[in-house]
Amino acid sequence: MITTEAIPRPVRSAASPEELSKERIAYLEGLVLQARRAAASFTQYTQEDVDRIVKPMVVAGLEQAQYLARLAVEETGLGVLEDKALKNMVATEFVYNYVKDKPTVGAIREFPERGIVEVAEPIGVIFSLTPITNPTATVLFKCIMAIKTRNAVIFSPHPNAWRCCFEAVKIMYETALEHGAPEGVFTCLESHGLQENAYLMKHKDIGLIDATGGPGVVKAAYSSGKPALGVGAGNTPVYLEKTADLNMAVVDIITSKTFDNGTICASEQTVVIDDEIYDSVLKKFADLGAHICDESETRLLERAVIDPQTGFMQPVAVGQKAIDIAHRAGLAVKPHTKLLIAAIQGVGPEHPLSVEKLFPVLAVYRAKSVDEALKVCVDVNHAGGVGHTAVVFSRNDEVVRRFSEVINAGRIIVNSPGSIGAFGGVYNDMVPTFSFGCGTAGGNSTTDNVNVYHYLNIKRVARRTQAHMWFRVPNQIYFNMNAVENLRRLPSKSTILVTNPFMEQMGHVDLVRRHIPPDALVHVCVIPDAEPEVKVVLQGVEALNYYKADQIIALGGGSVIDAAKIMKLKYESPDADLEELAAPFMDIRKRVVEYPTEKVHRARLIAISTTSGTGSEVTPFAVLFDKERSKKVTLADYSLTPDVAIVDPQFVMSMPKTLTADTGIDCLTHALEAAVSIYASPYTDSNAMQAIRLVFKYLPIAYEHPNDEEARSMMHNAACIAAIAFSNAAVGVNHALAHAFGARFHVSHGRANALMLPHVLAFNASVPSKFMPSPNQRGYIAHKKYATIAELLALGGNTVDEKVKRLIAATEQLLDKLSIPRSIADLGISRQQFEAAMPDLAKNAFDDPSWRSNPRMPLVSELVELFWIAYQGRGVAEAVPDLHQQPA
Amino acid sequence: MDVPMSTIAMFLRIERERVSEGLREAQARLNGSGEAVLDFASVLRLGPKDLAGLEALVNVAGERGVKIELRGVNVGIYKVLKLARLASRFSFRA
Repeated sequence: MITTEAIPRPVRSAASPEELSKERIAYLEGLVLQARRAAASFTQYTQEDVDRIVKPMVVAGLEQAQYLARLAVEETGLGVLEDKALKNMVATEFVYNYVKDKPTVGAIREFPERGIVEVAEPIGVIFSLTPITNPTATVLFKCIMAIKTRNAVIFSPHPNAWRCCFEAVKIMYETALEHGAPEGVFTCLESHGLQENAYLMKHKDIGLIDATGGPGVVKAAYSSGKPALGVGAGNTPVYLEKTADLNMAVVDIITSKTFDNGTICASEQTVVIDDEIYDSVLKKFADLGAHICDESETRLLERAVIDPQTGFMQPVAVGQKAIDIAHRAGLAVKPHTKLLIAAIQGVGPEHPLSVEKLFPVLAVYRAKSVDEALKVCVDVNHAGGVGHTAVVFSRNDEVVRRFSEVINAGRIIVNSPGSIGAFGGVYNDMVPTFSFGCGTAGGNSTTDNVNVYHYLNIKRVARRTQAHMWFRVPNQIYFNMNAVENLRRLPSKSTILVTNPFMEQMGHVDLVRRHIPPDALVHVCVIPDAEPEVKVVLQGVEALNYYKADQIIALGGGSVIDAAKIMKLKYESPDADLEELAAPFMDIRKRVVEYPTEKVHRARLIAISTTSGTGSEVTPFAVLFDKERSKKVTLADYSLTPDVAIVDPQFVMSMPKTLTADTGIDCLTHALEAAVSIYASPYTDSNAMQAIRLVFKYLPIAYEHPNDEEARSMMHNAACIAAIAFSNAAVGVNHALAHAFGARFHVSHGRANALMLPHVLAFNASVPSKFMPSPNQRGYIAHKKYATIAELLALGGNTVDEKVKRLIAATEQLLDKLSIPRSIADLGISRQQFEAAMPDLAKNAFDDPSWRSNPRMPLVSELVELFWIAYQGRGVAEAVPDLHQQPA
Repeated sequence: MDVPMSTIAMFLRIERERVSEGLREAQARLNGSGEAVLDFASVLRLGPKDLAGLEALVNVAGERGVKIELRGVNVGIYKVLKLARLASRFSFRA
C-alpha cells in the first residue's frame, strides 16, 4: 500500500551551523570528542585485534538480518522484507568473505621488485550518512569496513529510517565492544537534522564524509570542503541484444528490477531490445508475471509515477509493489503482477518513463539496429545515470566491447542482473559494496565499488632504486696497425663505401678496397667533408637501394661515419622520420620516441675512423645538418652503433698537428666527462680511466712526432675507448658549453672543448650550488673521481683537493704543450662580441642535452660564469685555492 | 637535566592494567604548584577512557598551576596523544 510516510524527505542545501543551539553544539562536540578518542586509541590495534572483532560482528549481523529487515520495512514502508534480509546478509557475509583475508593494518602490500611497501593509516573519524532505500544493510556494511580499517564512525541515518539504523548500529557496536573495540567507536546522531549534518560535515576532526543517499546529501558532502565519498544517482540502461540468452536475460531483469521493489539505484530502468526479438522478449516477460502496458495504460502510468513538474519519479512510488502502483495508476492487472512494462519511443522530457524509477516499472524501447540501440542506451545513461551502472545481455563480444566503450558507467554488468550484479560478489567478482562510486561524471571521487581501501590512507614507503644500467659496444672491434685487413673476414655481395674526397686523394679508399672480399661488388659513394646534410644522406640511400647493398663501409672522420649511420637507418627503415627521431630526451631509458625495429633491408655497417677523437666508429650518435632549417639534428640510439669498428692507426698517421691536438683533447674531454657522469659505472670507468692515461702519455708525442706509430696507435685506441665510455655514460657540461660556443663562433669541436676543460674540472670539483638528481650515485663524488684520475696519472698530492688541483694543472700544461690558445680572447673574439653573444650562448648551452648527465647541475648564471672564465683563460688551479669548499 | 626534587609536586608510576585508576589517583593528589611526573614506562596502550582521564587531569592541573610531565611514553602512545590533541598539553621525557 502506498503511504505518504514513505516519501523520502527532500534534502535541502546545508543550513548554516550557526543556527544550532549551544546545547546541540555541545552534544555534537561530545560525539566528535568520543569518536576522536576512540579513533586515536584504535591506531594501536593490530591486524589480529581487528580481525578478532570483525568476525563476531558479521555473525551478529547475519543473526539479526531478518529482524533488521523487518524494522526497515516497517519504518520506511519501502521494499520487501525477504529482499532486505538478503541485502543484510550480503552486507555481512559477502563483505566479510571479501575483507577477511585482506591486510588493513601496517604493511598491506609489498612490491619488492619496485622497492615499494604500502602501509595503512586509518582515517580517524568518519561521518557517515545512510539512505532510506538500503538503511540497515548500509549500516552493517559500513560498520564492518570501519572496524576492519580501525576507524570510528558517527552515523547520521535518513530521518525516515532512523530507528532501524540506530538498532543496526547498536547491534554492531555492542558486539564490537564485547570483542575489544574501543569505547565510542560507533555513535549515531539522536535525530537527523540538516544543521547537525552541516555542522559535522565541516568539523575539523571529521576525516572523511561517506555519503550514501540522494543527490542533495552527496552534493552537501562534496561541498563541505572535506574529503568525501559519495554516490550519484542512477538510470541504468540495458541493451538486450539479439544473440543473448533470452530466457536468462528476462529472468535476470525481473529478479533485479523487483528486488526490494526496485529500490536499488543500480537496478534496470530502460531495456533497449533488438527489433528481431522484441515481441518474443515481451511475451516472455508477460509469461513470467509482468504486465505489458498498452499505450493508454502507459499514459496513466506516467501520470501516476512521474512528477510532471520536475520530470523525476514520484517519491510515493519508491519501493512500492507493482500491483500497488498499478492500482494507484488505475490499471487493471493480474493479482500477482510483479512488474509493469511500458514502451517508450525516446529518451527525455517528452518520454517521462525514461528517467530513474526506483520501483518495479520498466521502460522498453524497440531498436532497429545495434547503432540505434547503443545511441538510446547512451541517452538513458546521460539522462541522470552517467557514471553509475549499465547492463548488456549479449553473446557477441564485439557488441559488449562497443557498449562498454560508449557507456559511461562505473559498473558495466554483462549477462547478469543490474542491481544484484552491481553489489559485487554474487553474480561476478567485483568488490562487494553498498556504495557505488559514479566517477567525476556522477560528481564522485571514484568509480569503484566503495570498499575497505577507501577507508584507509595508504602510505607508500618507497625505497631507493637504481636505474637499470648497461654497457653496449659494437659486436666486433679490430685495432692496431693493418686492422683493416680484417675486412676479408666479412663476406659481402654488394658493398657501398662511403667516404670523402680527401680519403680518395690520400689513397685510403684504394687501400680499403683491396681488403674487401673479391666476390663483393664495391661502389664508392663520395660525400662532402662536412656535417652530412639530409640531401646527401638520401642520395646515399638511393645508392644503397640501387645496388641492394648488404654492407656499408664508412671511411672517414665523424662526419662520414655519421652520414653512413643515417644512411643505414633510412635504408633499413625507409619510413623512419629523422626529425621525429631527433626529439629531445632526458634519459635514453625513458625516451618518448622509439627507433624502428622492423627492417626492410639488412646491411652491416663497418666504420673505419680516420681521426683520433670523436670515436664515432663505436658510438650510438649521429649528427645531421638540416640545411633547410639551418640547424643540427642529433640522433641517438644504440641501433645506430656500427656493427664493426676498425681502429687502424695507418689512417691517422698523416693527421695535421692542429687536428691531432683538437681531436686528442676531444677524446680527453669524452673520458673526463664520462668518468664523472651520473651514469658512470665500473664498466665505463675502466674505459674512461684508461683513455685518460693514454691521452696524457701519448698525445704530446703524437703531436710532436706525428710519425710515431706507437703514439698514433695508442691515441687511436684512446679515442675509441673513450667513446665506448661516453657511449654508455654520456658526457657533461663541457660539451654543452663547447657545442654552444663552437656553433656561434665557428670553432672546431675539439678546440671549443679544450677552451672549457680546465674550468669545467674546477666547476665539477667544487661543492655544487645545485646537485643533479642521480639515484645511482651515493653522495657527490666528482672531486674524488678526479683525485683518483690524478693518482692514476701519478700527479702526486696528499689530499683530494691537492690531487684535483694537480689534475687541472696537468690538463692546462697538456693544452699548453699542444699550443691550444689559453683563452677565448686569444682566438681574437672581442669582449663586446662575446658579451653580445652571451644570451644566446647561455640559452643554447642550457638547452643542450649534454649537461643532463653532468654530476653538477649548472644554473644558467653558472654557465655564463663559466663562459666568462673561459674567455679570461687558463690558470684555474692557482686561482681557486680550495676547490672542494668553494662553489665555482 | 633532572628536575630539582623540591619542585616535583607528585611522582606516580602508572600501571599497565590500571591506567584510568592511576590517572584518577593522580588527579586526586594534585595540590600545590610545581610539576607532577607520571611514569608511563609500563603502559603499552591507551584506551578512550584513559584519554578522557588524561584530559581531565591536565585540565585540573592547569587550574592549579601544575605542569605534568609524562615519562617513558612509547611512540605508539605518543601518536595516540597527538591524534587526541593532548600531546601539546604535556611535557615528555624518555
